[in-house]
Amino acid sequence: MNLTLRVWRQKSASARGRLVTYEAKNISPDMSFLEMLDVVNEELIDRGEPPIAFEHDCREGICGACGFMINGVAHGPKRATTVCQLHMRSFRDGDRLTLEPWRARAFPVIKDLIVDRSAFDRIVQAGGFISALTGSAPDANAILVRKEDADLAFDAAACIGCGACVAACPNAAAMLFTAAKVSHLGLLPQGQPERSARARNMVAAMDREMFGSCTNAGECEAVCPKEIRLAFIARLNRDLLGASFRGGGARNAASPSDRTPRAAP
Amino acid sequence: MTVGATSASLVDGRLDAKLPPGPIEQKWERHCFDMKLVSPANRRRYTVLVVGSGLAGAAAAASLGELGYKVECFSYHDSPRRAHSIAAQGGINAAKNYRNDGDSVFRLFYDTVKGGDFRAREANVYRLAELSLNIIDQCVAQGVPFAREYGGLLDTRSFGGAQVSRTFYARGQTGQQLLLGAYQALERQVGLGTVTMHTRAEMLDLVVVDGRARGIVTRNLVTGAVESHVGDAVVLATGGYGNVFYLSTNAKASNATAIWRAHKRGAFFGNPCFTQIHPTCIPVSGEHQSKLTLMSESLRNDGRVWVPTKVGDTRPPDRIPIGERDYYLERKYPSFGNLSPRDIASRAAKEVCDEKRGVGPGGRGVYLDFADAIARLGEPAIREKYGNLFDMYERITGENAYRVPMRIYPAVHYTMGGLWVDYNLMSTIAGLFVAGEANFSDHGANRLGASALMQGLADGYFILPCTLADYLARMRPDTLDAGHPAFRAAEVEVAERVRRLLAINGTRTVDSFHRELGHLMWDYCGMARNEAGLRHALRKIPELRAEFWANVRVLERNEELNQSLEKAGRVADFLELGELMCIDALHRTESCGSHFREERQTPDGEALRDDEHFAHVAAWEYTDRLAEPNLHREPLHFEYVHLSQRSYR
Repeated sequence: MNLTLRVWRQKSASARGRLVTYEAKNISPDMSFLEMLDVVNEELIDRGEPPIAFEHDCREGICGACGFMINGVAHGPKRATTVCQLHMRSFRDGDRLTLEPWRARAFPVIKDLIVDRSAFDRIVQAGGFISALTGSAPDANAILVRKEDADLAFDAAACIGCGACVAACPNAAAMLFTAAKVSHLGLLPQGQPERSARARNMVAAMDREMFGSCTNAGECEAVCPKEIRLAFIARLNRDLLGASFRGGGARNAASPSDRTPRAAP
Repeated sequence: MTVGATSASLVDGRLDAKLPPGPIEQKWERHCFDMKLVSPANRRRYTVLVVGSGLAGAAAAASLGELGYKVECFSYHDSPRRAHSIAAQGGINAAKNYRNDGDSVFRLFYDTVKGGDFRAREANVYRLAELSLNIIDQCVAQGVPFAREYGGLLDTRSFGGAQVSRTFYARGQTGQQLLLGAYQALERQVGLGTVTMHTRAEMLDLVVVDGRARGIVTRNLVTGAVESHVGDAVVLATGGYGNVFYLSTNAKASNATAIWRAHKRGAFFGNPCFTQIHPTCIPVSGEHQSKLTLMSESLRNDGRVWVPTKVGDTRPPDRIPIGERDYYLERKYPSFGNLSPRDIASRAAKEVCDEKRGVGPGGRGVYLDFADAIARLGEPAIREKYGNLFDMYERITGENAYRVPMRIYPAVHYTMGGLWVDYNLMSTIAGLFVAGEANFSDHGANRLGASALMQGLADGYFILPCTLADYLARMRPDTLDAGHPAFRAAEVEVAERVRRLLAINGTRTVDSFHRELGHLMWDYCGMARNEAGLRHALRKIPELRAEFWANVRVLERNEELNQSLEKAGRVADFLELGELMCIDALHRTESCGSHFREERQTPDGEALRDDEHFAHVAAWEYTDRLAEPNLHREPLHFEYVHLSQRSYR
């Protein structure tokens, strides 16, 4: 099959970008989307043109490195699928596809389809953990966890940190990402002591990084390759509300007390 | 009294693994007591550089940061959470004996030594089995959402043919959850200021001053800046080198550059030819294939492996009557059948494909058929057990495995070889520690399922914090800085190499060289090797390397994000490492663990070990002449698990 690609090319963070048209020829339906780009890039290099820069690593849909917009949809048309797991049989001969990087103030473009998502790491630094010093743990079975809680915690923990939720959100909010971590840890007994502080500090970090606010558009859930549910945002808001009554937990946070809870779905 | 970590591991040309004295079950504990400590007030005066942020690297960086050392951690990814540990599916072993099924530290130790086909150090493996208990405790405390029973206790499963149920798991994403646990502990330390994280920074050289590893040179992958970093010790936790085969289950960026640079600076390379081939991967679909995807081995619990009996039978599988199918694993290994160990299942698949009985495009595939299991248990039961794997298979191949048999083929999955380290995880360069898959490790000639995660975390959480302290306690912090001539020289070398790569401007892409190297390695240094093939590869690889340096095309500049340039540097190192792997494979004229040397087999075609000549670790020393490395042998002694030939018939 043959496709026409319009790809965002931007040499560096400070350079101006533009859409450039390329033809992808003789594409096998068995190729993954990234393998199709590999083929385009090999041809570009042969012609002496700079290849399209895109981030990727495991190509198994688990590392979270890859992701860009395909015709305005984060990770493209297939539900619950990262671009590395998207295969060309999902497209038709003659399709015109526009590829753009994640667009968000908190995710500045580095080059072409690659953006800087280090803001996610800083949100985690603010509280996305359980403080358990190496060596200090009790026997693993000393902590009982209800199976339902463990399963739900896992659902939240499945987040791969790709940033599609931010890219899809009309406000470029990071609520689904943050809520997934707050829910994962808050659902487990080990996570209780820091639960309020975690919610407050992570949300404060989110604001510092200039992510937008959540208005329940629900676009994040629709594109999440790991199907993280919107209900986790409600859980985050509950924790945040609880934290505002209980106080405390301001460690490392800038000024968490001026936060009002976000809208709940 | 134990030998200190600082003393050279090479004494009069003989490798000293520095195994502590005493009975095996007391070695580690006694060693911990014998090792020196750094007082809490002094720890911040020492800087430790940790390269890599996967399970071993993130665990080490977080734990050392918690202890109060100044830690600098490096990753070429945009975030430490991307490391390829994240892709491990199956689980992590721990000798908890929660199932009351007769498991014990000794049994896990025994299974691992035997599984490694007697090519691992007993003392290391015993320690690994001991620490498996602490690892699970630690991970649960961090909030890793392991599978649970209804009573709230941890669930376990039997994995990879083990007779006890000792594998803890988090659905099919155990590696992801363990890595996120370590990543979160690491980010906590970053937030607290004990660890400085350098992302998008690739280590391109090791700096050795007065015989000690004192720093690294990195390239900033966004700006191209070449930078020096000084430390009192260096930890390499940079993963395996399976991508030397081009196609493997490794992530695209996984590479050998850090360990290869260290090797060229004096670190010996242990057992480079020991590669694990995983039997259940999705076959190659065409020349465009960029990587291979593993399907969990658990599928072999219910799937039956077969190929047509007739050569060149191209009928669709449902048109081939039972009588014309060869269920070759059940036929050849009746007692283990479809659950035969990884190496045996892999080799058997290669054999039937070599006989032109393979299925699917290119004829490199065998059927993994669930029809009988579906008939027996019903489709819902199969869906319940393996639904996510069937979905993944359909996403990649477009085929519904409930209707047609899956097609699988072996693929490179893990490298047991790596930099040689002593019991303290220190390489032959003082102050250079190597952890996780990057070291030659505790898996011998073949790794058991669910052991890689265990080893990475044991190294990072529990072993390095002790052995590094012992090393640092013997060193006085000094004022060495990056102005030292050794750093300047390494920076110049790195910059010059980058300049050379960009200046060639030839006609072939980096990937085309990488693919060609991969074919050579897979054909001649893969599952089965022989002398003629290895000699052929040893002629071809230097030719390919010469062509690479004369004809590779790397566009754009150094001073920007340049993915072709990154790849070119890695492939240049693979082109050297591949040669060493073939040299090692040629030297080892025995069939052992995951590799089969065709000249050494029993009359019925089974692998034949040669304990008399090869019960040793082959540790190779770089000599400036790639074709002539020096071989050092570390003999292996088996006092607790008696040498015996494996039999799965």
